[in-house]
Amino acid sequence: MTSTLPIVDHPSAAREFVTNEPRSHWHDDSLWFVRSKRDKQAQSIPEWEYLREQASTIKNHTIAKLPEYLQQFEANATRLGAVVHWAADAEEHNRIVLELLRRNDTLRIVKSKSMLTEECGLNEYLIDNGIEVVDTDLGERIVQLRGETPSHIVLPAIHIKKEEVGDTFHQHLGTRAGESDPQVLTEAARGHLRGKFLSGEVGITGVNFAIADTGGLVVCTNEGNADLGVSLPRIHIACMGIEKLVPRFQDLSVFTRLLARSATGQPITSYTSHFHGPRDENSELHIVLVDNGRSKIRDSKTFRESLNCIRCGACMNTCPVYRRSGGHSYRATVPGPIGSVLGPAKNAKAHKSLPFACSLCGSCTDVCPVKIPLHHQLLAWRKVLVGKRLVAWNKRMAMKAASFLFRNPTLFAAAGYFGRVSLKVLPKSLTHNRFNTWAKDRDLPEPPKESFHEWYAKNRPSGAATASKEERS
Amino acid sequence: MSVALFIPCYIDQFFPDVAIATLTLLERLGVQVEYPAGQTCCGQPMANTGCDAETAPVAKQWVERFAGYDAVVCPSGSCASMIRNHYADYFGPDDTEFQHLRENTYELCEFIVDRLGVRSIPGRYPRPASIHSSCHGLRELRLGACSENMTPREDKMRLLLESLDGIELKSLTRVDECCGFGGTFAVAERETSVAMGIDRVTDHISSGSEVMIAGDMSCLMHMGGLIRRRNMPMSVKHIAEVLVEAMQEGSPDADRASSALTNP
Ligand code: SF4
Repeated sequence: MTSTLPIVDHPSAAREFVTNEPRSHWHDDSLWFVRSKRDKQAQSIPEWEYLREQASTIKNHTIAKLPEYLQQFEANATRLGAVVHWAADAEEHNRIVLELLRRNDTLRIVKSKSMLTEECGLNEYLIDNGIEVVDTDLGERIVQLRGETPSHIVLPAIHIKKEEVGDTFHQHLGTRAGESDPQVLTEAARGHLRGKFLSGEVGITGVNFAIADTGGLVVCTNEGNADLGVSLPRIHIACMGIEKLVPRFQDLSVFTRLLARSATGQPITSYTSHFHGPRDENSELHIVLVDNGRSKIRDSKTFRESLNCIRCGACMNTCPVYRRSGGHSYRATVPGPIGSVLGPAKNAKAHKSLPFACSLCGSCTDVCPVKIPLHHQLLAWRKVLVGKRLVAWNKRMAMKAASFLFRNPTLFAAAGYFGRVSLKVLPKSLTHNRFNTWAKDRDLPEPPKESFHEWYAKNRPSGAATASKEERS
Repeated sequence: MSVALFIPCYIDQFFPDVAIATLTLLERLGVQVEYPAGQTCCGQPMANTGCDAETAPVAKQWVERFAGYDAVVCPSGSCASMIRNHYADYFGPDDTEFQHLRENTYELCEFIVDRLGVRSIPGRYPRPASIHSSCHGLRELRLGACSENMTPREDKMRLLLESLDGIELKSLTRVDECCGFGGTFAVAERETSVAMGIDRVTDHISSGSEVMIAGDMSCLMHMGGLIRRRNMPMSVKHIAEVLVEAMQEGSPDADRASSALTNP
């Protein structure tokens, strides 16, 4: 996992998806539909903005006192009979899980959707170590069968059309060729997963919330697969990032009200399951608490708030860039706005293009249920990247030149004049050539005959108004 | 009240008509406007690229040029937001000159509605039109309510446009989606930017609108460029141009206009 990551260039990674117009439009429309459902839900709650404020306050408080709450959680979870493990990074997390599986001679596991295990690369790690891994979330299973990664944190298979699911199922589950009826396909998946559930020896889940004052865990799913996955096997391993804590049981209500509404536009997830210690004296509950870079983010004043994220995915659904370029274009476990904040925190060089994959429209910031100032953090990342010299030199040079020009009004006026004149006199083939990225798809503005500066000097000849500050005082 | 006009660099060079309309509009509203010499750019292109060292001197120069005025008006939401929401990085908290400007720099419609207290414009604009709310105007300056946030807010641009006689404001399916300009984003992420822009224009055209009206020329430069390249049936106009045109068209009775426009 720490092997050097390839450097992602978002524009080129996005090209194929976004220029396939029907596909890009279809993806955009599907996510817009989810975002509209979210809007309706948010509108139905008069205290929506108050809830967001509460959620953000609770999270800021929790992250500020994280060490204390983690200790409190550990003590309470242990008291309930769970075993708490600590992992500094992805490798340690994976090793802990494998060790638990080996100790119990496990050959196959059933796993419910968890972005953390995705982040740690647990599936590949376990498979490499001879363990059969079955993702039980339908979308996740589809992606797994296709040998892909999720393209969205809540809707992992949102990039795949139902006809394509039909092909995948035909190939792997033996459904009729050409079958694309969602009902039939879901039934097929259900039958297939049922068998897997029954033969699973250990259930692995993610965690949506962990409660410090009770030591309990909450897992939210729409398919009930987490419950099924852990109620048949004797052993439940719950993997969570250390930021998933809330201090008190009653804080949870704020988040359960916000989570599903923000994520899919449902009032609540179909299953909000609570786990307090192992099921019975024959069962085991293991909780793996994972840092994997989170403490580092916590240390940063600018980016600390990104730890407030409850992984609802709303920022992806609303992001016009994500909607059109698809989740895979980010080449990151978490894509979209929050992924573009978290990615560079993990590896600035590998993810340096992500903070620029954004038009700074600010929609993500307003949609985020925990009020992470996402677009301002993306802007802040750009500054960090420039500071680390990770921004292309021609971009930096262009900005240096522009800055110089803007500091010299006379030069600026002259440059503007030449610009306008050349636009006017040069043939279109020269001004709209292939080196002019702007003009490949867009016409340049019609050059006016004079600038406003020039017009003003001629038409307001009294000129009094043009006095600079020194002259005025 | 001494009011300075800030005309952003690209409007000065490429869209002087918008600057002239802004000046005319303010004058017709009875505001004496000065146009301080030596102004260029607010520094937004550099700031948005993350080039702080290149932004700082441009910001300093901007504050020097505009210091001493009671208010600054700018026909661009994103440039006004640059000063109000992002300049603080370049000035100390005790810099009173900057603090004053930060609190008294306005986007054009915001100035008209909030500072002048003018809530309707006597004029006629008998055309089907639609509003493009620019993201920075909406989500940084809060010039209107945005669809993600549930806080009710008055839409300043709509308020003024709705007051015009005969205007038919069409509704869009996605009221405040980004047009995809985003400064250097438009070039660095060309394909995505263009896809966003075309979708935006299409939404406006399918609404039955003939004129897309916005408070930010940058969005309109991008979408106007797409429209012209594809000969799409739509024109783009800055709100200052629309309001001035409407006042001219609607005032055989010019007295009615000027008497309604009082300068507090
Ligand atoms: S950043 Fe906010 S909107 Fe995005 S996934 Fe996290 S909580 Fe949801």
